[in-house]
This record gives sequence, structure tokens and C-alpha cells, in this order.
Amino acid sequence: MSSTHSLSCSSSTDSVEDELELSAVRHRPEGLDQLEALTRFNRKELQILYRGFKNECPSGVVNEDTFKDIYSQFFPQGDASKYAHFLFNAFDTDKDGSVSFEDFVMGLSILLRGSVQDKLNWAFNLYDINKDGYITKEEMLDIMKAIYDMMGKCTYPILREDAPRQHVELFFQKMDKNKDGVVTIDEFIDCCQNDENIMRSMQLFENVI
Amino acid sequence: MAAGVATWLPFARAAAVGWLPLAQKTMPKPPVDKKSRSDEILFVNVSGLRFQTWKNTLDRYPDTLLGSSEKEFFYNEETQEYFFDRDPEMFRHILNFFRTGKLHYPRHECIQAFEEELAFYGIIPEIIGDCCMEEYRDRKKENQERLAEDTEAENAGDAPLPPGATLRERLWRAFENPHTSTMALVFYYVTGFFIAVSVIANVVETVPCRPVKGSIKDLPCGEKFSVAFFCMDTACVLIFSFEYLMRLYAAPSRCDFARSVMSVIDVVAILPFYIGLVMPENEEVSGAFVTLRVFRVFRIFKFSRHSQGLRILGCTLQSCASELGFLLFSLTMAVIIFATVMFYAEKGTSGTNFTSIPASFWYTIVTMTTLGYGDMVPDSIAGKIFGSICSLSGVLVIALPVPVIVSNFSRIYHQNQRADKMRAQQKVRQARIRMAKKGATNAYLQHKEDGGLQDNDSGSTALCVKNRSAFEHQHHHLLHCLEKTTNHEFTDEVTYSEMCMTDSVGLRTSRSTSLSSQQGSTTSCCSRRAKRRAIRLANSTVSVSRGSVQELDTLHVTKMTAGTQYPQRRSSLNARTEDLKLNCDDYTAAIISIPTPPANTPDESLPNSPAIPGILRNSRSNTYNTQESVKVSYL
Repeated sequence: MSSTHSLSCSSSTDSVEDELELSAVRHRPEGLDQLEALTRFNRKELQILYRGFKNECPSGVVNEDTFKDIYSQFFPQGDASKYAHFLFNAFDTDKDGSVSFEDFVMGLSILLRGSVQDKLNWAFNLYDINKDGYITKEEMLDIMKAIYDMMGKCTYPILREDAPRQHVELFFQKMDKNKDGVVTIDEFIDCCQNDENIMRSMQLFENVI
Repeated sequence: MAAGVATWLPFARAAAVGWLPLAQKTMPKPPVDKKSRSDEILFVNVSGLRFQTWKNTLDRYPDTLLGSSEKEFFYNEETQEYFFDRDPEMFRHILNFFRTGKLHYPRHECIQAFEEELAFYGIIPEIIGDCCMEEYRDRKKENQERLAEDTEAENAGDAPLPPGATLRERLWRAFENPHTSTMALVFYYVTGFFIAVSVIANVVETVPCRPVKGSIKDLPCGEKFSVAFFCMDTACVLIFSFEYLMRLYAAPSRCDFARSVMSVIDVVAILPFYIGLVMPENEEVSGAFVTLRVFRVFRIFKFSRHSQGLRILGCTLQSCASELGFLLFSLTMAVIIFATVMFYAEKGTSGTNFTSIPASFWYTIVTMTTLGYGDMVPDSIAGKIFGSICSLSGVLVIALPVPVIVSNFSRIYHQNQRADKMRAQQKVRQARIRMAKKGATNAYLQHKEDGGLQDNDSGSTALCVKNRSAFEHQHHHLLHCLEKTTNHEFTDEVTYSEMCMTDSVGLRTSRSTSLSSQQGSTTSCCSRRAKRRAIRLANSTVSVSRGSVQELDTLHVTKMTAGTQYPQRRSSLNARTEDLKLNCDDYTAAIISIPTPPANTPDESLPNSPAIPGILRNSRSNTYNTQESVKVSYL
């Protein structure tokens, strides 16, 4: 008698609060001139960026869940949510739980038009989860695991359990000059600037926008 | 890819800067973006109605017609616009999809026309937004059912049988579709006639006829003309039995036929006669035998073969069975309550009819259905009071809710069906979305196989590589960067499971079986891959230094540069699987192992490498510029 159950079913419990929450958050970005001054994009580029951003997020901000969804779509084979979480924290510079257009565009400005120093700074900031100025092995391991998670299960060669850990060891061997178990910003920048591979690849993403 | 992802791709690529310090290999070169990045307004002319939109809006969905290079086919140089000779009203909805990311179904449009437009513009209907999804599905189902009915009616029985049909098939067809041949039609009417005759005979034989001369009592006709009736009955039963046996013979699936409702009715109709023949003229048993004669009335149900309406009624009752059961249950509850009350109310009265509660049931039912025969009447005051309450509530309980219940049941029935439909279709929707997602992965793997990751200094990139959109190039570049960062490659499910198999078993023999199973999988691969393999073999002198990525099952041998020289030879797997000896000059399986310069990647260790020879590996290059030794595996 499933029909009786469907009769006595109560109505959906969508709370009114959710509706209010969605409609309350509206964010208008700074003016075009100010953003032009703050970033290294010109007017046209900012216009294009904003139109795209506003289309996707009509409310003007991206919250973490949406961010994770978007980023996961680029990596269908694996699980990109952990790395998206770290990325979100790296972009959300004012730590208000959402990425507004200013955060978005300033991040992009550093990544695409910044100097090598700026980019390395940004990367260090990404790895330094608790933003204390030191990258510990645990932090690096978290990041590494998040990256390897994005690869998913079906990889060649088969991903082993300790692959992230070994990668972290490698990283620390290279970067931690004074072997004190943490990598500071200066060690990091120093080491990267001496590494040809890294320097060369930094130019790769110039023409993304 | 799903909604508007193209907008976010530049951001995802920019964020890849975060991988650069961690990468153990050099990043691949990004695809060259020849187009200028400035946005422009495009003009789209659809049958005279001019639309304008940003180019970026259309680029949000690169796998549709408007978002890909396919629209260039429709570009009109003279008027500098894209001209489509399609419905302009529908195009409004299509364009709104690009603008807002949500596809709506216009209710006043024909569903077929809408689907055709979607198909033309390369949009799958599954992404219709939830607001319009139910309407769309209902209309679609209606349409499909109508079409199905039409085709069914066409195909129903009119198509001529294939000439090689056996007698059985022809017979079955004659039974199921009587109007196909005259003989079948005749048979159909004859059986109908005999069913009618049998039913009428059953009825008439109970009518009292004039008594035989000399007797006073009225006899039922059945006993007066018993011989005649017996002959008629026998004739009818013979015909029915014959028909049943013929149907049983002709049925394509006898078990299914024997279990179907119609055949059960047939059996029940003729069985009493045979049982009557078999049973002796015994006093006790004849009582039971008489009961069996009642079943002869079931012959009337045989008419349902002749009447479509009867069949529909039967179906309806069948489907409403649970609702009817509920109605019966609630009525029973009311009856029991009132019967109990009446019994105890009338208990004191002498000579009362309400001798027990079950006896009161009859009174309650007769009163509640407002029949009121009057054979049982309460005497006591309490009895009369409760009796009147019973009749009033009978009106309420039965008369009022029946229409409400009927409409309710029909609504619930449709709702239930819709809920099940929605559940089933939800699964299908998710499955399709998953498939589309997988399509994205597969696109990357396919791209790798097409050699798209080669440095294309040689001008001979395959056309299929060139034709990918900028979006795809960039997305694949992003995935390639991730591969380089983690030093692992993306593969597909099949290869992964094969690798698991080979890894888990460490013996040679099992490896050979896994190889042969792999070979099986390679031979079953699509022919395109095999052709490509053949092409690659022809160019097998490509040096490793340029590097190329190949699939696990490629039968390609790459040449080694400095160091040992291996002759290139392609040998058939079949011939050499038994040859287990290591032989430098001829290696058997042309499956290549990874070149692994130890300096670069200590962690990318080959699980069983030195101990067990001949691991199946892929060949790929580590860096673009260094040259490494190639280890060749063998069985």
C-alpha cells in the first residue's frame, strides 16, 4: 500500500532560511578604474573576466562548495575537492569564506602577470596551510595527497600508498637547506630560483588570458 | 563539459602555477592560442531574425554547434553574420541556454520540433532545467505512447508472414489476429457462437418447463431434455477442448501460454465436464459435482478474447487492486463495529434475529448500503437508535467517499507511476551525465593516443589533433601538467584492471596468460587503434629523444640511441609466447618498458623490476632532451 504512504508524506522541509541566504548575498565589485590600478590587467581584459565571472556567479561571489564543484569538473577522473579547498584558501585573501571578483582577479594578476618572485610567493602561500611562514612536512604531505587525489585511481604506473610521502621527502631534500624540518620562504625562493626547470616552466602560463 | 566551465578554465590553468615547484618533470609547452583574447559581438541571423551575443557566451559550451568551430560552416561573408535556416522562435530558447546556463522547455511548442532543434544545435535534452523537466518528460512520454500505438496498430497483424513460416507460426497468428485470414475469421466466429450457445444452454436448462404428461411437478428443462442438453454440452466442450489444444500447440512459449489468464479460463470452463465424466454417480460426490457445474459459467469470460473492452476492464481492476482492497478493509471495519454494537444492543430482546455477531453482519451490510430488506429488524430502543446511526453512517461511509476515493485512487495511481518513472529516469539522467563526464576523460586519453602530446615541430600532426578546439587544447595541457607534476599518467579502467592483474601475479606463466588476455583485449580493440598501430610501426624509426606517449598495448618498438642497439622487429605474440629464453637478438613481445634513468625518479620504482624480468610497461619519454636506455621486455 505504498499509495497511502505517498498521501501521508509531509511537504518538503526546505527551510525559508536557505532562500533568504541565497538572495541576501550580493556583491558589487570595485570600480573598473580601481581594479585596473590594483591588478596588471587592462580594461578590456577586466571586462571580459568580469562578464564571465558574473555569468557563472550572478551573486558576485563564489563560495567554497561552488568552487569545489567548478574545479572538480576539470579533473573528472579523480577527487579534486581537497586541492580545491587549499586553492580556495589561497584565493580568499581576506578570509571571509567567499571569493569575490576582486580576490579572483588579484589572484589571477599575480599568477599570470606577476614577477617570478610574486608567483613563488603565491605558491608558498598555497603550501603554507596555516600561514605561519613555514612549510612543515605535514602541510606538504596534505597538499601532496590532495594533488595525487586528483589523479584518481586509474593511473600508470599504479599509484602506491607512499607515493605522496616520497614526493614530499624529495621536495624537502631539495628545499630544506638547513635540514631543520621546515621550509621557510627564503629557502623556498632561493631554491626555486636556482632550479632551471622551475624557472623555465614559470613562463608557461603567461598567455592564459 | 558541463555548464560554463570554459569560463573557469583560464583560472584553473593559472592555479596550476601552484604545481610548478613540486613537479619532478618539466612541464609541457602550452598550446599556442592564435586567437586574440578580446571579446567581440557576433551576429546570428536565424531565418531573418537577427540575434547578437558575445562570442564568449557561445564559447561557454564548446561541445555544441554554436560553441565550436562547426558554426563556421554557416558563416556568411557578405553579411558578416552566421546564418541558420531554422526556426527563429526556438532559437530564442537555445540562445537563452547559452546566456543563462539553463535550458527551458517552451510549453506551447511541439516536443518533436523542440528535440530536433536541440539535436541540430548539439544540445542534449537531459540538461533541461528542473523547472521544465517534468512537463517535458510527460509530453515526451505521451508522444512516444501515441507513436507506439500507431506502429503497433500497423504492425499488429497485417504484415504478411515470412514465407518460411511453419504451420505452428501460422496457426498462432490465426488465433491471435483473426482478421488476417478467412479461415481464422470463421473459426473466431464459430467459437464465439458456441460460447454463446453454451452459456444460453446453461441458463435455459434451469428454467422450469412444462411437466411430462402425468406428472404434476414442474421440471427444469435440463432434466426434461437432459439428453439434448447433454449433447449440446458435449459438443461445446469438444469444440473448446479442441481450440485449447490447438492454441497450446501453436503457442510459441507453451509455459507462458499455460500460465496466462485466458488459458486458465479455458481450462476452468471445460474441466467440470471431464471431471463429471470421470466421477461415478455417487450420492456424496455428486454434491461436489454439482458445485463444479457452477464453473461452467466461466465460459462467459471466454468472450474477453472477443471483446477489447472486457480486457481493458480486467486490466483496470487488476491495477486498482490495492485501492479496492483498502476500500474493502475500511468497510469491513465499519461493519464489524456496527455489528458488534447491534448484537449487544439487541441481546436483551427475546426472539431476536441478532443471534450472534456474524448474524448481525448481514443486518449491518444491508443497512449501510441502504438496501434495507427488512428480514432483520431491531426491537429494542437502543437497537433502533444504533440501527439509525448505522444507516446514516452507511450513507456517509459508502455513498460519499466512493467518488472521492475513485478520483483519489486515479490520482494516486498516476502519481505513483510518475514517482517510479522519475526515479527510473533519474538514474538514466545520472548515467548519461556520468557518461558525458567520462567522455571528457576519454577525450584526453584519446588525445594522448592520437599523439597529440608530441612536440609538433614535425609538421605532420594528425588532422584530428589540429581540429580540437582551443578549449580542449588548453584543458589537455592542464591535465598533462598534472601528470608531469605527479609523475603518473592517466589511464582508463581497462588498462588499470589489467595492470592490477599483472602486478598481483608474479609468475612468468601467469604473466604470459595475462599477456594473452591482454592480447585478447588488444585484438578486440577498435580497428582504428589497430590501424594507427600499423601506421606507427611504419614510422618506427622515430628516435626516443623526441619522445612519444603510447598506450600499453601498442606494438611499437622504439629505437635506442646511445648504448646498446636493439634490432627492431615486430613479432607476432602468438608465435613467441612459448619462447621464454632471453635472447638479445630477438625479443618476443613487443611491449616496451619504461625508460627509467635512476637519477631522475627514484620513487617511480618499477615494482618488481630487477628480480623478475619482463614486466609489461609503457614506453614514454621522461624529458624532451635527454636520451635514455630502453629496456625491452620479453616473455
